[in-house]
Amino acid sequence: MNINFTLISQALAFSTFIWFTVKFVWPPLLRAIEERQKTIADGLAAGERGRHELELASQRATDILKEAKQQASDVILQAEKRASEIVEEAKRAAKEEGDRIISGAKADIHHEVFSAKEALRQHAAKLAVAGAEKILRREVDAKVHADILASIEEDLSNG
Amino acid sequence: MAADTELTPTKYIDHHLTHMTVQVKEGAFWALHLDTLVTSIILGIIGMGCVWLIVRRATPGVPSRRQAFVELMIEFIDNEVKNTFHGNRHVFVAPTALTVFVWVLLMNTMDIMPIDITAWVTENVFGLHYWKIVPTTDVNTTFALALTIWFLMIFFSVKVKGLGGWMYELFCTPFGKNPLLWILNLLFNFIEYVSKPLSHSLRLFGNIYAGEIIFLLLGMWAATGVAGAFFGAILGAGWAIFHILIVTLQAFIFMMLAVVYISMAHESH
Repeated sequence: MNINFTLISQALAFSTFIWFTVKFVWPPLLRAIEERQKTIADGLAAGERGRHELELASQRATDILKEAKQQASDVILQAEKRASEIVEEAKRAAKEEGDRIISGAKADIHHEVFSAKEALRQHAAKLAVAGAEKILRREVDAKVHADILASIEEDLSNG
Repeated sequence: MAADTELTPTKYIDHHLTHMTVQVKEGAFWALHLDTLVTSIILGIIGMGCVWLIVRRATPGVPSRRQAFVELMIEFIDNEVKNTFHGNRHVFVAPTALTVFVWVLLMNTMDIMPIDITAWVTENVFGLHYWKIVPTTDVNTTFALALTIWFLMIFFSVKVKGLGGWMYELFCTPFGKNPLLWILNLLFNFIEYVSKPLSHSLRLFGNIYAGEIIFLLLGMWAATGVAGAFFGAILGAGWAIFHILIVTLQAFIFMMLAVVYISMAHESH
């Protein structure tokens, strides 16, 4: 354990090795590592960008989908409204038509009843006159009593 | 092994702890531990060379397995540095931390090598009688590293704060700028400046040296007979496995302290 010239020679060797490492070993590897780090960082950034774009696209797709759904439901709503309108309208038209038909039928019936009554009345008057004629043929001169017969006939017709 | 006479435990340990020394000049200081220097330089060249060869062909695309491994290590170190150092770490601090970690880890890992086999190889293949293969069990290595970091610390202190700023810090922190406190501040900073490299280097040295001694003791036990060899082998394997943790941890601590010291030099008190 004695200090001697070995110390100085070892120090020189050490310094030489340090110089060698500083000059030749460290720079190329550092360069390679830094370049790779840059490549990796670029790749990561590109990936991040892609992810961001995907996010935007999916956001847009969702928006479009939502809009389409909204439109579809609007259309359906309008269609339903229109359909109910049409149904209502049809109902109303049908009711009107029905009313009209009913009232027409009623008027017809009324008319028929009236004319039937009229016919009946005339018929009854004729029967009455015929009966009366048969009774009166023996005692009544048709010519003399023609005005009376006419008035009876008229009364029956009107009654 | 030194076999001129009977092999005693003292001789065994002595043999394993003796450096291959050459004398550069006359004088005790001018001794050079050739084994420490050569092994550490070979390990440094292997370590940094492998990293360099892999990094040279580094692509920013999908990395190969080897590149991924180096990147893993470098990013781990870079993260640690980032948490501690708040300047531009790529210019100097992070590569220095990488150097420290890889080199110290490799030097520490030599500790796990089976000592007697490596000693046999260095003796019989390379003809070197003394050859310690763990550079970090040489206090010269750890001091060399710690002092280099220490000089870097002072260099960055002066560079970032200017000579005046550094002087101001030496005399006026941490207690205040009252002239009465100047000596106290200086003394305090002096102790800090001395203790930093000491603790930095001795922590690494102590841990690895102690690990080496344990291996030697287990090796000695193995020489006592079959039972000793058996238990010595089991304990040696256990200690080696545990030592994987220690060598890595010590390399990491040494690197972190280096980063912390240099970071502190960049920041004002």
